Amino acid sequence: MDIFLQQVINGLVQGSLYALVALGYTMVYGIIELVNFAHGEVVMVGALVGLSIIERMAARGDTGWGVIAVGVLVAIPSCMALGLGIERIAYRPLRKAPRLAPLITAIGVSIALQQLAALIWGRNYLHYPEVLANPQFHIGGAVITQIQLVILTTTGILMLVTWVIVQKTALGRAMRASAQNPSVAGLMGVNVDRIIASTFLMGSGLAAVAGVLVGTYYGVGNHTMGFMLGLKAFTAAVLGGIGSLGGAMLGGLLLGVIENLGAGYLGSLTNGAMGSNYSDVLAFLMLIAVLIFRPSGLMGERGSEKV
Amino acid sequence: MKSKVWLGLLGLALILALPFATDLLLGRSWVRLLDFALLYAMLALGLNIVVGYAGLLDLGYVAFYAVGAYLYAMLASPHLGMHWPLWALLPMGALVAACFGALLGAPTLGLRGDYLAIVTMGFGEIIRIFLRNLNITNGPAGIDLIDPIQMGGFSFGANHSLLGWDFPGIYSYYFLFLILTALIVLISHRLSDSRIGRAWSAIREDEIAAKSSGLNTRQLKLMAFAMGAAFGGVSGVLFAGFQGFISPESFTMGESIMVLCMVVLGGMGHISGVIMGAILLAILPEAFRPLSQFQQATFGHVWLDPANLRMLMFAVALIVVMIIRPEGLWPSPVRRRELLTNDDEKNSSHKAVP
Amino acid sequence: MPRLLTSIVLSLVAIGLVSCSKSSTPSAASSGEITVLIGASNPMTGPQAHLGKDNENGTRMAIEDANAQGFTIGGQKVKFQLVSEDDAADPKTGTIVAQKFADQKVSGVIGHLNSGTTIPASRIYSEAGIPQISPSATNPKYTHQGFKTAFRVIPNDTQQGGELGRYVASKIGAKTVAVMDDTTQYGQGLANQFEEAAKAAGVTILTHEHTDDKATDFQAILTNIKAKKPDIIFYGGMDAQSGPMMKQIRSLGIQAKFLTGDGGCSTEFLTLAGAAGEGAYCSLPGMPIEKMPKGEDFKKRFNAKYGEIQDYSPYCYDAVMVMIDAMKRADSTLPSKYLPELAKSNYDGVTAHISFDENGDLKGGVITVYQLLSGKWVAQDTLGGKPK
Repeated sequence: MDIFLQQVINGLVQGSLYALVALGYTMVYGIIELVNFAHGEVVMVGALVGLSIIERMAARGDTGWGVIAVGVLVAIPSCMALGLGIERIAYRPLRKAPRLAPLITAIGVSIALQQLAALIWGRNYLHYPEVLANPQFHIGGAVITQIQLVILTTTGILMLVTWVIVQKTALGRAMRASAQNPSVAGLMGVNVDRIIASTFLMGSGLAAVAGVLVGTYYGVGNHTMGFMLGLKAFTAAVLGGIGSLGGAMLGGLLLGVIENLGAGYLGSLTNGAMGSNYSDVLAFLMLIAVLIFRPSGLMGERGSEKV
Repeated sequence: MKSKVWLGLLGLALILALPFATDLLLGRSWVRLLDFALLYAMLALGLNIVVGYAGLLDLGYVAFYAVGAYLYAMLASPHLGMHWPLWALLPMGALVAACFGALLGAPTLGLRGDYLAIVTMGFGEIIRIFLRNLNITNGPAGIDLIDPIQMGGFSFGANHSLLGWDFPGIYSYYFLFLILTALIVLISHRLSDSRIGRAWSAIREDEIAAKSSGLNTRQLKLMAFAMGAAFGGVSGVLFAGFQGFISPESFTMGESIMVLCMVVLGGMGHISGVIMGAILLAILPEAFRPLSQFQQATFGHVWLDPANLRMLMFAVALIVVMIIRPEGLWPSPVRRRELLTNDDEKNSSHKAVP
Repeated sequence: MPRLLTSIVLSLVAIGLVSCSKSSTPSAASSGEITVLIGASNPMTGPQAHLGKDNENGTRMAIEDANAQGFTIGGQKVKFQLVSEDDAADPKTGTIVAQKFADQKVSGVIGHLNSGTTIPASRIYSEAGIPQISPSATNPKYTHQGFKTAFRVIPNDTQQGGELGRYVASKIGAKTVAVMDDTTQYGQGLANQFEEAAKAAGVTILTHEHTDDKATDFQAILTNIKAKKPDIIFYGGMDAQSGPMMKQIRSLGIQAKFLTGDGGCSTEFLTLAGAAGEGAYCSLPGMPIEKMPKGEDFKKRFNAKYGEIQDYSPYCYDAVMVMIDAMKRADSTLPSKYLPELAKSNYDGVTAHISFDENGDLKGGVITVYQLLSGKWVAQDTLGGKPK
């Protein structure tokens, strides 16, 4: 039972990180119907920018959560600027182009960011300096660390804030309107271009926080860390229902728990034939299954495609 | 008319003499590179059918390359102790890959562009993970000591001599690959001009309209996947025999993206463009090599990793090409009209909204 | 028509540019002197570039020393020249580099660094008859393919895994082990060898888990392992994973000891694992440089010229010297002539006494086990066959 609890705790923590990133995917897709392949790389940039700042501060002898906070505060505007730039340069010119073009461009942006990061930060695995004492708390036989608790609370707060913005503010109303029908929203006085830019800003801001949290949690940063994370977060968004905020959050948490339980129990379930090395396959298969059998996801509306 | 014939003959002569000329001018390893370039050309032509003709963005194409390669490796090496001949394995590779193509394509038939891309990417990764972990594929170690390709006693890997001239294995492979590439070009060309090709164009441009016109889009899409996969499988079989060693690292998503770049940058849907894209991108890494040597010599340390620089260039090229010249560097005139007209029409209709 | 012409012109320009990149031909030697090319292939770019550079420096120092000594072989003065190439630790690039060396007709190759590149390249060298000595590839397969040209001056993973398996039972006194590997040829190979030897020594293997060499989150697997309560956890893989893994082991409250192979026996591990790494064990093929027969002297000279020794540069040095020694005894620099002499080598190198068994493996190779104490790797025991 302890082991099960431990897996669930780890799963929820990992899942909340997925959820944070998934929010970015789902918001952008809701509004311009484009999978922002580069989103995972924005998370990576956030992590590495945060790393550089935290490294500098650690070298001076600073420690504690304040250091992490500063890292986050610097990462956020960096990622926002990046997200804005991507939208302006790569996606906006192609808004009216045939489907294939923005897709390929998105892939191009994703790779370009990865390679730029490799050129700037190198290809080695970079080390997040240890500036935190990480006390453990025991729940039964399971362990939860301070970092894990902080991740859970931070992501929870951010998700709440996002939800409030989208549901209760004028900006949010404009976003929802643009997502439903951009041309009519434009007629209603909404500056659709600006709204799209704001969506990217929000998504990138969340990505920055997620990036620094991931780096702090695992202690490493690397230019390739965005790819898998982005893919899994997208899976979470799809699982929950793309376009739905609640879906992204639910999907993220669910995916994290399933992954951890799966990696833990896959070996015993398949009698040793398939072990923990197949846990990524599990995530992919889930994605494919959801897309085929319930493309609207868990919380999405079952709609027919408008012609 | 006559000048065209002469030009064609000249081109043919150049192509036939290329390995000898390259060997003399640049050295034998460049001939090896040429062979790789031809393998990539075959891959690009296969992907061209899926992406260029039918408009299906397949990001996991390398899976079919892997299927062909591992098939040959398992059945023509000491790994399982079997040594089947090429005339059996080549069509088998094409067939098995085609089956995989249909298998992987089937679940994606109802999906739209973005989802299709992600699912195919997922499939590509799944296949790679399986190859890496299964015992029968020898896991991460890969399969070594694969039989070189031979037909009726003539081993393509061995060194022969022709009229006193040195005729090493890489020459033989060059001509073999050339013949097969030409075959694939022929098939692609016939396909694009056929009913199927036109049906694919219809699906590419507007799937719903195509369906409403009575086309069996499911079957057509499956066929596109299968055909593209078959070519990938053929290239894979040849690759395994040529390199003599394969491992899961040769079949990463990066390779899928490379082949996609070749198709997109060269000219989607245009056979000559795609081949040009393939050869250019296959040779480029070697051309970047002196950059690292230069940095090594002047700075004693490599600041700008050429591998990263190269991939960065590709990615930026992809973005730029998609924005400025989506039809590619060497498009077919038909495609060019189609893509440019699209933009003009859409732009004007946008302005029409008050 | 004009488009066709443009593409022809462009291709000619490309070929022109590209022929400028053709590697330079060896410098002409003065009369009575012959130039002997020695090829070195290492990852000069990428995450292992620091190791590759180190290898190249070791090889270079040996060649410079040899030239300073001034050998006469076959009645002619010999000048050795290094041809260094980058294989990026990629098997495919490795084969292209191997082909290049074969085309240039180098007399011998020191390389490659990784097992994954060495093994496919060895086939090309074997077919070209070029002797190859690897200073760092530890996968046993390399010398078990039946190639007469394949040698190594470092113990292989069979020896490493084997010794570790026995060490765990005898010295550490562990009764139960949980094994993990990173599903690479190196990591899995080492883990499997370890498991076999541990089993034979009477240790119970509780589980054998797999992760991959890109993963950063091992908690699901570790939680599983925690449930089984092993005395010691063994990981076959690199420091980029074992470092974070160490942290996660401790933060999950797992008390087991930790052991890893040469992939984790680095300064990188110290940084990545931090305080959690205290008490971990690792192993390195060979002896600590200070204990090697001519180690101190080598270290002083190398540090003066190139800086800190990363890992394998002493082995590169020995590889070159062994090759030259064989050439001397055969009185020829031709591969076909000195290859048989190479197999019969009996040379006192910097790292150890070098002689090869019938496969080309180093006879009497030793492994040293280190433990992380107070933030540093401290040598504990040297296991295996004694030199000489």
